[in-house]
Amino acid sequence: MFCGIEVGDSCHDVLTSDVDREHSERQLRAMSELQHSPLDEIHREAGGRMVPFAGWEMPVMYDSILTEHRTVREGVGQFDISHMGQLFVEGEKAEEWLNHLLTNDVAALADGQGQYTFLLNEEGGVIDDLILYRITEGSYFLVVNAACLQEDLVWFAQHATEGVVLRDESPGLAGIAVQGPKSIDVFARVFGGRCLPSRNGIDVLTTDGQMVWVCRTGYTGEDGFEFFCPASSAERWWEDFAEAGAKPCGLGARDSLRLEKCYPLNGSDLSSQRTPLEAGLGFFVKLEKGPFIGSEVLQKQKETKPPEKLVAIQCDQKGAPPRPGYQVLGHDEEAIGSLSSGVLSPILGLGIGMAYLPLAHSQPGTEVFIEARGKKMPAKVVKKPFVA
Amino acid sequence: MAIPSELKYTEEHEWVRMEGDIAVVGVTDHAQEELSDVVFVELPELERVVEEKEACAVVESVKAASDIYSPVSGTVVEVNNSLEEEPSNINEDPYGVGWLFKIRVAEADMEIVEGLLTADDYEEHLG
Repeated sequence: MFCGIEVGDSCHDVLTSDVDREHSERQLRAMSELQHSPLDEIHREAGGRMVPFAGWEMPVMYDSILTEHRTVREGVGQFDISHMGQLFVEGEKAEEWLNHLLTNDVAALADGQGQYTFLLNEEGGVIDDLILYRITEGSYFLVVNAACLQEDLVWFAQHATEGVVLRDESPGLAGIAVQGPKSIDVFARVFGGRCLPSRNGIDVLTTDGQMVWVCRTGYTGEDGFEFFCPASSAERWWEDFAEAGAKPCGLGARDSLRLEKCYPLNGSDLSSQRTPLEAGLGFFVKLEKGPFIGSEVLQKQKETKPPEKLVAIQCDQKGAPPRPGYQVLGHDEEAIGSLSSGVLSPILGLGIGMAYLPLAHSQPGTEVFIEARGKKMPAKVVKKPFVA
Repeated sequence: MAIPSELKYTEEHEWVRMEGDIAVVGVTDHAQEELSDVVFVELPELERVVEEKEACAVVESVKAASDIYSPVSGTVVEVNNSLEEEPSNINEDPYGVGWLFKIRVAEADMEIVEGLLTADDYEEHLG
């Protein structure tokens, strides 16, 4: 989600010709000030510590990242994900168009199913990682990273085609991720005993005359759902979920939760310079489906093997928490890479991180060092994920 | 938030308790609250000679690493090794078991101690 992409003038020019005026105005505002979630007031009242994130001001934590982390692993928490983007793609050629732009096989989706997928540039680098849902034939719902939304829109506009309409509904929608083993109970309590859609699935419901989107996905590795609703009703749903047992959790816990599961963070673990194959996420790339943007590069890379791979690294002992940017050293103490992500795993009590390392150092069991302020902490490449 | 009246303070949110010529140093309640979960502490070497306002320890929370500055000049004579196992003591008892290190202050440097903030000054500083 840390795309780190500035919305520049060139983006603005492209957008004004393709997307309506509201977008360009929103973009201008985004350049000058942070956006606020419809849940902003609720967060502040609850003692949420607000920080800038991907152009938004969002809660990084309430009382304790460690407690929030454990709440999600053991019980149930809720995260404000209103900063994320929601796009709708419709039209008779929507499937074909999306299949040309995304790495996963869109044709494999039945109504109500979703898949994790990548939007790539011509070089096979990652523009964004996102989840695509098929609502019905010719009607798709995309949830994209906040920091990538504008770049995604530019890319989609550049590849616009007859017979496909893309709508950015992000400004009017709020998002809440309810995560943890007790998520099912929260949902059942709020929705009168209703069951969640199946894993990766989506249900579009109408309550009180308003549409809401319930997606059985998340970014924590726990069972749960991501819920999208009109911004005007966000507070009501947040309070309903809270009453049903979901504790407020911030972006800090979201980051440590996702890293324990080795879920990549765009802008850190994924970038326009790295392909999904280098990131070890080839499962979500379906080269056999036919050509798509970036597929030639990936095909070649699949045959020749990329020189570096994103690996999981775990410290041998307690010590300073690894942080993004820390150097990774080989057993002869030579620099072999740097951490793209790093955190103290609240579950393991040990430092964990990910880094792109040369293939020779990428096998689980390989001994390395993570350097923190001149101190070398012994660590090992381990199998993903850190926490099963 | 606790600001014990018998202690001295710095604008960088350290506290000092004088025990004879020994300055016991820790971080304030406000600081531990801002840091939230402390998960790692790097303490100075024994016998290290430190200057006033010199960075000599690091307190790390889940999200960030923060330098701790020595409020006084002197020699490190003791460090709180129990923090290696229980860094969260800083959160639970910042003025007690969560102390960081002790510095012997030379006679000539006692005026630095005099110049530290009082509890009232510190409270005002927090605003």
